[in-house]
Amino acid sequence: MRSNIPVGIVGYGSYVPRFRLPAQEVSDLWTDGNAVLPVREKSVPGLDEDVATMSIEAARNALKRARIMIPGQFNPKDIGAVWVGSESHPYAVKPTSTIVAESIGATPYTQAADWQFACKAGTEAFQASIGFVGSGMAKYALAIGMDAAQGRPGDALEYTAGAGGAAYLLGPISDSFVEIEASVSYVNDTPDFWRRQYEKFPEHAGRFTGEPAYFQHVTSAAQALFEGLGKGARDFDYFVCHQPNTRFPVKAGENLGFTMDQMAAGLLVNDIGNTYAGSCLIGLTAVLDKCKPGDRIMVVSFGSGAGSDAFSLKVTRLPSHNGVLCTHDYVRRRKVIDYAQYTRLKGNYRLT
Amino acid sequence: MRDVSIIGVGQIPVAEHWDKSIREMGYLALSAAMRNAKVTVLDALYVGNMLSGELARQEHLGALIADFSGLRGVEAVKIEAACASGGAAMRMGYMAVASGLCNFVAVMGVEKMTDQQGPDITAGLAMAADGDYEALHGLSFVSINALLMRRYMHEYGYTKGDFANFAINAHANGVGNPNAMFRAPITFKAFSEAKSVADPINLLDSSPIADGAACAILAPTAIASEFSDKPIRVRASSIATDTVSLHDRREPLWLEAAALSASRAYDMAGVRASDISFFELHDAFTIMSALSLEAAGFAARGHGVRMAQDGSIGRTGKLPITTMGGLKARGHPVGATGMYQIAEVALQLREEAGPNQIANASLGMAQNIGGSGATVVTTILERIK
Amino acid sequence: MEVSRFWRTTKQRYQLIGEVCGHCGTKIFPPRDVCPSCDLEAKTPFEFGGKGEVFSYSTIHQAPAGFEKYVPYTVALVKLEEGPLITAQLTDVDECDVKIGMPVEMVTRALREDGERGMLIYSYKFRPVMESKSI
Repeated sequence: MRSNIPVGIVGYGSYVPRFRLPAQEVSDLWTDGNAVLPVREKSVPGLDEDVATMSIEAARNALKRARIMIPGQFNPKDIGAVWVGSESHPYAVKPTSTIVAESIGATPYTQAADWQFACKAGTEAFQASIGFVGSGMAKYALAIGMDAAQGRPGDALEYTAGAGGAAYLLGPISDSFVEIEASVSYVNDTPDFWRRQYEKFPEHAGRFTGEPAYFQHVTSAAQALFEGLGKGARDFDYFVCHQPNTRFPVKAGENLGFTMDQMAAGLLVNDIGNTYAGSCLIGLTAVLDKCKPGDRIMVVSFGSGAGSDAFSLKVTRLPSHNGVLCTHDYVRRRKVIDYAQYTRLKGNYRLT
Repeated sequence: MRDVSIIGVGQIPVAEHWDKSIREMGYLALSAAMRNAKVTVLDALYVGNMLSGELARQEHLGALIADFSGLRGVEAVKIEAACASGGAAMRMGYMAVASGLCNFVAVMGVEKMTDQQGPDITAGLAMAADGDYEALHGLSFVSINALLMRRYMHEYGYTKGDFANFAINAHANGVGNPNAMFRAPITFKAFSEAKSVADPINLLDSSPIADGAACAILAPTAIASEFSDKPIRVRASSIATDTVSLHDRREPLWLEAAALSASRAYDMAGVRASDISFFELHDAFTIMSALSLEAAGFAARGHGVRMAQDGSIGRTGKLPITTMGGLKARGHPVGATGMYQIAEVALQLREEAGPNQIANASLGMAQNIGGSGATVVTTILERIK
Repeated sequence: MEVSRFWRTTKQRYQLIGEVCGHCGTKIFPPRDVCPSCDLEAKTPFEFGGKGEVFSYSTIHQAPAGFEKYVPYTVALVKLEEGPLITAQLTDVDECDVKIGMPVEMVTRALREDGERGMLIYSYKFRPVMESKSI
């Protein structure tokens, strides 16, 4: 897929909360320490953090970079869409996006909506933003993938369900430092993971979530993009993929022909866990923090249910950061907590 | 304008009055004061109260207490100015008598706090602060005083222990007051080890939550001696205000309203701070004692704490304060406190303070502070010789 | 449940929008429409930068109703770069690390819930300034 009008990334920003729960804590409680740990640790939001507040900070970082990119000319009133993709919106009914739009000064003449497609919600918002800007309906569109993921106590997902994500301000190529070359979406009804209405924790289909779900969709979307562009893995400098654990994205990348050199920069899951709708998008911010003009990046998301979006990005200019916080500033900021503190932060103690 | 005197006072012990409602407490203090003044009819009743709606689920206290006390028909209203409600009622009564509109006015402070639980009381007290810009952000009233105390310690170089004597002195005086909530002395060690409420304020910096009611009967001085052997003349009465929120103050550590209220009172009475024999100040927290002493002109800025350290505030000191236990030991039923202060100053001047009697007390001052200093009432009383 | 009360101050809480006095230039937060410096009308909106330093602070162990589940939490008076003092919570910091004079920056965080079924109230809070060490 290509837009009529070329679209690029004008600004981006990430966010990760400061608390970290070592996976060993989960293993010690539920398996006497015998579990094979899928990540080293995961990020945990503070009591005053949720998808709205984390989105606001990531969005503010994106706007700071946009102001550096187009000095003196950027106006938040030109943001024609504020779209937040998540599976942990703070309200069941009431948009997160209006809270974000209000906080960054984009209201009132703007599109605002929340997206939901499990872990693909963020790239879904990204795809829609390409269309919105690429059709000329908006000068800028803000796409956010952010989650404060839930994992049932003792479940495999409790080791990895993390918090964080990223915001992208898409706009005309003239204001951008990254060009979005093309994208592909690949979906079908593959029920590997879900959360029913009124349920606090999601359910998953165990090993079924591997081959027929994750690998099938990620690989198919990526290969479709390769074919459409007439390119292969060696044409890309970086590969960033949805990261539910340390093993899946590497295996998917290797299947597609990528090497660790291409994948390492965007792999954050070992440090912050699986940030769901934010996962590959925050992997991408870590790559953009260190990219240089001419670099080509492939990004592939995966959302249960199931589907993948694949993007090809080309860096056209050196992004200037000028003090704006980078992804690893947040990754390095960490306060380790134990399982008891984690239970309190997640609201899993019953107080009444 | 007529000269005004107190011809009678009445109070109930400050305590957790589980068995008494707000109307019963009001009646008990009012009837005691009326007996003390030997009056059976009133022209008006002014009821100082802060939180009856929130904590006792009852507004309309003027009519309620008037009726319950057998005074149906009398002019009666509630006066509210946060913790300064009692003092404010005194001021309204004073104006009513001084103006010539009323001859016999009861001024009361009453508060029922213990019907609610801790977090609800804490939220109620925070209503003395700015609702949208202080209380909404989770500040308790204690924490607002803690912000003042921390800054005071920082600017003037004090440690927490330097404040201890305010609490120790109050508790020492509470021992001899039958109406005090706490009648046991405390030690420096106990103060140092007390549990933190809102750092740096601990439990022994803080006045306790309590129920109480106190009342005084005002009349024109010209006829006061017909009702009382020892009428107490109101030499001055003043209210001044400042911003409700701490962050809006010109200087957070300077209680501008307290200074203004005190200087108006001194002018009205034609006296200076050095003429005051003893001072019932608003020691809701130890920091408030220091700030009140400074604003009222007894200590230079940053020196209020030294008066506690050097013994000036004891019953035989240069300026005895909280002579009946103060808010700290007598207790702080918020809207009633201002009237307890008035009753206590009157008892000292009538030489009826029992074991706590101050020698040669001729001119007593009370200062009742609402919020973190937004409403300040200063009253100067004198024994008519 | 209260709704309009919180909605009314959304711009102040989300964006730190106060006022600037057109007569003497004083920056005002929270907005009060009459300038505290010159007592003339001041209604021009002004967005504060969100940087300041801790003027005083306290950690609350006994919280008012609605804030019980957050104890202990730290509140502060913050001196904003543009002049005014503001009352707010501190976040992302341990109490033992807070100092008077510490540089802080505004973030938007959840303040509390208006009961279990009521709205979520977001507001400015302040945290120690995060410096970028990556680039």
